[in-house]
Amino acid sequence: MKLNDEEKAMLAGDFGPAVKWAIDHQLQVGRMFDAKDMVAVSQSHMMADPESLGEAGIAFTEKIAETGIKVRIPMITDPRGVDLNYYQSLGQTENMANLERRFIAACKNMGITMTNTCINYQTIMPPVFGEHVAFGDTGVVIYSNSVCGARSNFEGGPSALAAGLTGRTPRYGLHLDNKRIPTKRFRILDQPQDLMDWGVLGAAIGRMAGSYWEVPIIEEVEKTPTSDQLKHFGAAMASYGSVPLFHLVGVTPESQNVEDADGADLEIINVDMDATSDLKKPFAAVGEHVDVVVFAAPQLSIIEMAELAALCSGRHRSNATDVIVCTSAQVYGDAVSMGYVDKIEAFGGRVLVGTCFYQQYAREIGEANGWKRLLSNSAKIVNILGGYGYQPALASMEACIASAEKGRIIS
Amino acid sequence: MKKELKCHIGIGPKVEGVALVADDNFSARYDLDRIKGLFSRPQHQLFGKSYKDVILVLNTAKGGVATAWMLYEMTSRKIAPKAILFNKANTILAQGAALAEMAMVDRFEDGDVTKLIKTGDHLIVCPDDGKVVFC
Repeated sequence: MKLNDEEKAMLAGDFGPAVKWAIDHQLQVGRMFDAKDMVAVSQSHMMADPESLGEAGIAFTEKIAETGIKVRIPMITDPRGVDLNYYQSLGQTENMANLERRFIAACKNMGITMTNTCINYQTIMPPVFGEHVAFGDTGVVIYSNSVCGARSNFEGGPSALAAGLTGRTPRYGLHLDNKRIPTKRFRILDQPQDLMDWGVLGAAIGRMAGSYWEVPIIEEVEKTPTSDQLKHFGAAMASYGSVPLFHLVGVTPESQNVEDADGADLEIINVDMDATSDLKKPFAAVGEHVDVVVFAAPQLSIIEMAELAALCSGRHRSNATDVIVCTSAQVYGDAVSMGYVDKIEAFGGRVLVGTCFYQQYAREIGEANGWKRLLSNSAKIVNILGGYGYQPALASMEACIASAEKGRIIS
Repeated sequence: MKKELKCHIGIGPKVEGVALVADDNFSARYDLDRIKGLFSRPQHQLFGKSYKDVILVLNTAKGGVATAWMLYEMTSRKIAPKAILFNKANTILAQGAALAEMAMVDRFEDGDVTKLIKTGDHLIVCPDDGKVVFC
């Protein structure tokens, strides 16, 4: 890879051992993906929950921080794994909380802003068209690339940290024009209605797209979707297919029409009700009891909090069913002042702040609380939690609340 | 049978081990019980199998970014694969391999690596040279 003088100095150790580690890490990755040089990035966003990090990852981060290094660009964080105001009741241990505390301290010492959110594009500072960034969390990346027209690869925690320390990232993948051209063309035959439908549609396309290096272009969506609908659409597509970018014709900025996006010559793949029904089939469990209903993945926007509060109003969950809601600190303040949190708590729900359910030692909290059958309107979360010992099921937000009220799954 | 497979230059050290192969995708978060060192997702073709010290051969990556930290965490406890071979890696797996100093290669010249290699094959993975050798 071609390095400029500053980058050569970083590699030589002139900026200290942390920066030397960072650029060496980036060069290894860049070499694997044939990067020719580095590109400056304006923001970094790091996914790093303590379950993923473990003792080893925490110690690694502390070692970097102990060098006294500060990040060179604005750097923010994905949801935490422990809500330090509510963890013992959730079945999380003091050891888990201490890992979290150590990680937060290390990040703050490096000048990282603890936003703890996977919806920074709705609440913090959305990237602008053409802006090169180094974002973690697949949902953040796919939304930023597709809806905002920004440029980011999936940057895992270590690479996002490296980008924060060097202010750049290897120029490969989604930073290049030719990697953003559509490779598969989909036509929607059944229009999605609610958030769950958008998630299922995204999941079905993600599964058919098949890899990180495919770029779906999607046409014949009749109504312009909302930010929340695109959030669930993208998060599920990234979850099922590892896809970091989609083009929605007439909606997203790089595809005002199929021809402009260079997708006109691609064979059309119809996405019909069979495709979405097939995807939902493993997550159908109507009539069965439900242990926990979860609203998360991604964290809820203020609009989702309002919708949920309205559904909860005047009702109460079954004693056999817990309800967990995950949102960001930025949304939580508004949700409190608007009375949404009160309504959700009066229903018997618990609102967790700055966390996301699947990043919270999902296996351990499931075992501690006896949660097996989990219901959610997030196509992403039901895809993840099977491996954590849950029996996940999928339903609309309305059906999730009705199911929590009855203690069994209602269609 | 070919004695050597050419692939793209990869990441990590040269390693030797026994292959565990599936025409399936991979995420450390979605698919593994990392405490026990087993594939734990019931729908995965390797469900119930141990991944410790094997050379995993899979189709591609899926899902989220957590695997980048998780490969490091798994390696620190010595309950990790020796190497992972993909038809197509994604950025997260490559980043995780770089931090964990785990061997990883992809893009094989002769086609689908999950067909070219069989479970039980004894292999040497050479990321710097972009090749995998059958012992």
